[in-house]
Amino acid sequence: MQPLLSQACWDTLYMVGWSTLIAVLAGLPLGVLLVLTDRGGLVQNTVVNKVIGQVVNIVRSMPFIILMVALMSFTRWIVGTTIGREAAIVPLAVGAIPFFARLVETSVREVDGGLVEAVQSMGGNTWTVVRKVLVPESLPSLISATTTTVVAIIGYSAMAGTVGAGGLGDLAIRYGYQRFESELMWLIVAVLAVVIAVIQFAGDSGARVLHRRAGKGGEPLRFRVLAGFLPGGPVGATPTKTR
Amino acid sequence: MHPCPAHTHALHSTVTETPVITTTGLTKVYRSRGREVIALDGVDLHVREGEVYGVIGQSGAGKSSLIRCVNLLERPTSGTVTVAGQDLTALAGRGPRAGKELRQARSGIGMVFQHFNLLSSRTVQDNIELPLEILGVSGRERSRKALELLDLVGLSDKAKAYPAQLSGGQKQRVGIARALAGDPKVLLSDEATSALDPETTRSILQLLRDLNRQLGLTVLLITHEMDVVKSICDSAALMEKGRIVESGTVSELLATPGSELASALFPVSGDASGEDRTVIDVTFHGEAATQPVVSQLARTYNIDISILGAAMDTVGGKQVGRMRIELPGRYEDNVVPIGFLREQGLQIDVLGQEPVLVGEGAK
Ligand SMILES: Nc1ncnc2c1ncn2[C@@H]1O[C@H](COP(=O)(O)OP(=O)(O)OP(=O)(O)O)[C@@H](O)[C@H]1O
Ligand SMILES: [Mg+2]
Repeated sequence: MQPLLSQACWDTLYMVGWSTLIAVLAGLPLGVLLVLTDRGGLVQNTVVNKVIGQVVNIVRSMPFIILMVALMSFTRWIVGTTIGREAAIVPLAVGAIPFFARLVETSVREVDGGLVEAVQSMGGNTWTVVRKVLVPESLPSLISATTTTVVAIIGYSAMAGTVGAGGLGDLAIRYGYQRFESELMWLIVAVLAVVIAVIQFAGDSGARVLHRRAGKGGEPLRFRVLAGFLPGGPVGATPTKTR
Repeated sequence: MHPCPAHTHALHSTVTETPVITTTGLTKVYRSRGREVIALDGVDLHVREGEVYGVIGQSGAGKSSLIRCVNLLERPTSGTVTVAGQDLTALAGRGPRAGKELRQARSGIGMVFQHFNLLSSRTVQDNIELPLEILGVSGRERSRKALELLDLVGLSDKAKAYPAQLSGGQKQRVGIARALAGDPKVLLSDEATSALDPETTRSILQLLRDLNRQLGLTVLLITHEMDVVKSICDSAALMEKGRIVESGTVSELLATPGSELASALFPVSGDASGEDRTVIDVTFHGEAATQPVVSQLARTYNIDISILGAAMDTVGGKQVGRMRIELPGRYEDNVVPIGFLREQGLQIDVLGQEPVLVGEGAK
């Protein structure tokens, strides 16, 4: 049992880690682009904005299981197979990119326009504004967004077990549900809860430290850790709002 | 039209006749959802090198639009903006984005904001280094310059603090230091003291004044408080509905009959002249104010003089003011005493005698 569980743990972390990395690397520029190209944005471009917005909406509205099926040929093209951990990373990342991009968009929009103006008055260009203002100023919020995304991906990764990717979710279903070993199932749920709590705690602490420094205060930590346990997906893990 | 002797003007002042900021026929029309707002309606502004120039006006008069047009944060609808001999409107190009040349020109124009606009993610020192980073200055040089500027604004001990740990006045000092990092010739200030209490306002204004004197910095500031103009401005302009309705040096404005700015700066009250009395406004600028002219007048002509109201102040380092006095008898009976006052180099306006020229430019 022990080796099964630790292998599953490792598989989950492997899938979640890689897909989070990809989601952040791709979602961050997309989210920033959504803000920049919007009406009144620094590089206003209605066409680009609408296209990105629509694609993001379509992918987000797709149930993950369908997304996985729909992406099969794409997955094969990328990793050469549709089965296993690597194959699960593709749909997980593709599903998480628009999710994270929207969170980034919300965070970046909250940056005070006066700061953008200040940098422009110093002779900064759009790239300078993105690098020195939009990203660093929304960093606490971006960290919360990343936490939320990780938690969501952990949820999706349970479904990824169905393509033979393994992981905790898969283990819980195969042993716990199909073989009626409900103790094992609850053990896995507990492990998942701990993993999520740890991630939520780490993300919140990071965001909180930065928030404090920026003088925006921070919510009491314990309520937010508890919120990570609540059912219904990543509730309570929305990016930290200022008071 | 320049009533005061040149040497009083030059006292401590760094003002030269070289124009630094010039706008001609500047208009700005905002279009939003089919509605048009004319924020600037043909503004001609002339700011000379080394002066502190105040633009005052009510909310919505177009002051912010004007100052934002000066560094082209806002594109003027028409008209030209010249700063330090460079036609910025020509550099701007057609597109909405600022090209390289315009950005370069902007780095030579400092700007201070009402809400400071400091990056909360950076320390005080890093905030001041930001414009230098944009200019591509090396790290060592950046921190040398930042510390020097912090010293200049009196915040040497706050280099490693975050903006959230500072008071409003301290934040604005950082804002000013940051604006000075690129060694600008011109400093633009949009309501830099409006978010501060009176005490702090005074100290920030004093800082601006000192910088103006020490560095020969030209300051264009926007305000809605007459006190700001009174305490540090060499020149001022009054804006109403997108137009400049009065402008000039403070002494020129004082010498303009019916100048709204002058009467706002030096409010005096009292009724107009009538059958048995003559009410006159005496305007002092420079040394004339220190002479006991009124008692001299009373003694010389043996008349009773009532002082209806008076306001004196130091404007731009000179004593200036207005006094409204009443002489017995009609205007015709007082021609001689009034002539005496005019001989002393004082500006005399007789109330009810000539039409008050409201809304006339001072120049
Ligand atoms: N971005 C904008 N879009 C549309 N209208 C605008 C915009 N900015 C300013 N205006 C309008 O232009 C006019 C002048 O505004 P401006 O901000 O220049 O006034 P102001 O003198 O600075 O006022 P305040 O003292 O309140 O700051 C106002 O009627 C305002 O509503
Ligand atoms: Mg304004």
